[in-house]
Amino acid sequence: MATLNDYLLASGLLFTVGFAGVLLRRNIIIIFMALELMLNAANLSLVGFSRFHTHAGLPDYNAQVLVFFIITVAAAEVTVGLAVIVALFRAKQTTHIEDLNSLKF
Amino acid sequence: MPTALFWIFVIFMLFFGVMVVVNRNPVASAMSLVVCFLGLAALYISLDAFFLGVIQILVYAGAVMVLFLFIIMLLDLKAEQRRHFNLIAMFGGIVVVVLFVKVLFDVCYGFQGGNAVFPAIHNTEHGDTWQVGMALFQQYKLPLQMIGALVVVASVGAVLLSKRELK
Repeated sequence: MATLNDYLLASGLLFTVGFAGVLLRRNIIIIFMALELMLNAANLSLVGFSRFHTHAGLPDYNAQVLVFFIITVAAAEVTVGLAVIVALFRAKQTTHIEDLNSLKF
Repeated sequence: MPTALFWIFVIFMLFFGVMVVVNRNPVASAMSLVVCFLGLAALYISLDAFFLGVIQILVYAGAVMVLFLFIIMLLDLKAEQRRHFNLIAMFGGIVVVVLFVKVLFDVCYGFQGGNAVFPAIHNTEHGDTWQVGMALFQQYKLPLQMIGALVVVASVGAVLLSKRELK
């Protein structure tokens, strides 16, 4: 049987993949997708802890409610973030972050 | 769930997660992310969180990724041009990621409490959807209302941002 550590390791590795994507890619939409990967990795560890911390023979459903809220907030975040990216593309005609340096010191 | 199936889904999820990062074509990245989320939903179901597994497929693989694909096609993004690499940034990124993986393995192997298998759960009359629903509508009814308000604000904000000129 898979242990809690296996799930935490899978979650951490998924987070690392997303982290590497944010650091190494230069397309703002790909960076946004890598952010989604990191968010989902955190959700996986929450569900793992929910299943591990049983209460009267049932998983801890409070953690699952939290994951449900995180998924809802993430959907709202994607909506606003993509609207910002579309507005940015209209202004600058690019999604490459090296061309988006107006705020750079 | 048998251990072999767990590792198959983990490798499946991580492989398509890596494909999101290495693909040059944004549409291929988005499709890889959909498949990655399907693997993640399978892992949720292996943890007896059936409701969250279905929500993951419906909301993420369904709604959110369709929105991503819609925006990629709306902006008509081509495969990224190969530019000169910023070597210092590349090197720094790889060093940070390698250090992060090292810390991850140290923490996971130093955490003895996590080496136990998951405790058994009882089969109850009601499934986990019922349980999550009861928690959501009884214990967490105020946060649920606040989330509803947040979603309304987000959709109004998205409409406002996509207007051609802001007043």
